[in-house]
Amino acid sequence: MELLYFGDSGWGDELAIATLMTIAVSITAMVIGFVFAAIFTPLKLSKRKYFNLISNSYTTVIRGVPELLVIYLFFFGGSGAIMYVASIFGYNDYIEINAFITGSFSIGIISGAYSTEVFRGAIQSIDKGQFEAAKVLGVSKFTQFYKIILPQMLRLAIPNLSNVWQITLKDTSLISVTGLVEIMRQSYIAAGSTRDPLFFYSCAAVLYLILTYLSMKLINKLEVKYSRGY
Amino acid sequence: MFNSFPKLLSAAVITLKLLFASLFFGLFIGLLFAILRLNKNILINKFAYGYSYVFRGTPLLVQIFIIYFGLAQIEYLRTSFLWVILKEPYWCAIIAFTLNTGAYTSEILRSAFQTIKPGIIEAGKSLGISNKIIFYKIQIPIAIRQSLPAYGNEIILMMKGTSLASTVTLMDLTGVAKYIISTTFKPIEVFIVAGGIYLFMTFIIHNVIKYLEKKYSFQQ
Repeated sequence: MELLYFGDSGWGDELAIATLMTIAVSITAMVIGFVFAAIFTPLKLSKRKYFNLISNSYTTVIRGVPELLVIYLFFFGGSGAIMYVASIFGYNDYIEINAFITGSFSIGIISGAYSTEVFRGAIQSIDKGQFEAAKVLGVSKFTQFYKIILPQMLRLAIPNLSNVWQITLKDTSLISVTGLVEIMRQSYIAAGSTRDPLFFYSCAAVLYLILTYLSMKLINKLEVKYSRGY
Repeated sequence: MFNSFPKLLSAAVITLKLLFASLFFGLFIGLLFAILRLNKNILINKFAYGYSYVFRGTPLLVQIFIIYFGLAQIEYLRTSFLWVILKEPYWCAIIAFTLNTGAYTSEILRSAFQTIKPGIIEAGKSLGISNKIIFYKIQIPIAIRQSLPAYGNEIILMMKGTSLASTVTLMDLTGVAKYIISTTFKPIEVFIVAGGIYLFMTFIIHNVIKYLEKKYSFQQ
């Protein structure tokens, strides 16, 4: 148990910081995912075949290819791509991207594909009459979305978004291959230096369980809040 | 880009082997724990719930690492006959995948069992069929049909999960792809080829499940 002491003698504080890192990466990835979903959901619902094709290929490819492969693509290809873009603007020095950015971006793209599907389903299951009523009343497109569609959509989307959150949280463990010190990487380091992998990986499992448990509790509260009146 | 194709294709065979082995064993474990979940004894019930909660609440990577790196630490296991299996990364990966997919499968099957209409079981009882036969010949086939769509998703998730075998030194499709990327520094080309193989497999699984759903649908 002294392995978990805080301070120099134990790994308690390192694991605590790593847990915060996992939470930070998950939230960043989730937010990036929402940005992607905000771009691709309208494309998916658009009447133009061309837009549908773009959005469908994004969600199909990302959901059909292992997360680890996507992470490797960004880990090995990310800095190369940025350097290529920079070289067009005449900047030829080596650019290294932060592991946090690579990690949260690649997980964000993955969670974005799942979020897109969730939002598409939620918008499609809103009664058509709502759109028509808004149109008849002369509500602008912007107000229609923010005041009428979004509140109803959120109620339908939150249970599924909670699944996306769980997937994202667990996917962040894969970023450890890029060297970002989150729970998994920290347990790997600790296991290597103390030669006690069983203990540290079990700690990691317990930490993940605590995170998933707490987030379930929080999301349940949100669900209650957004389903008032139903 | 095309030079890497044969290498990746032969690695895909390992991915498929891992997938089918873990799905095969996972189905049995899933069925076992689904039945335990429906048990009225609260201890057995809680045990089955705890199993599925732990394996669904932790990342697959942690599970593989605990089994591959963690269990090797126990002195007793290293001297026992189990060591023959546990020293191989291949079997460790299969054990981890089996336990993981077993947890998800048990949830899928449990909800399928719970959605069976009581009238069907009552009809069986009133015809004088024994409980055992009702379970094997009526409940299980209906539950399998009910759970096909969700199970299809689980197969695809598991196929993506097998990529984690590359973290315990197994050269599956993702492992070989990573190796080629790190030696040739051509991430995009390799991603396209390897991703294409994965997508092809997803496509096949998706269509097979669709076909089965149609074949075993209630309206024939």
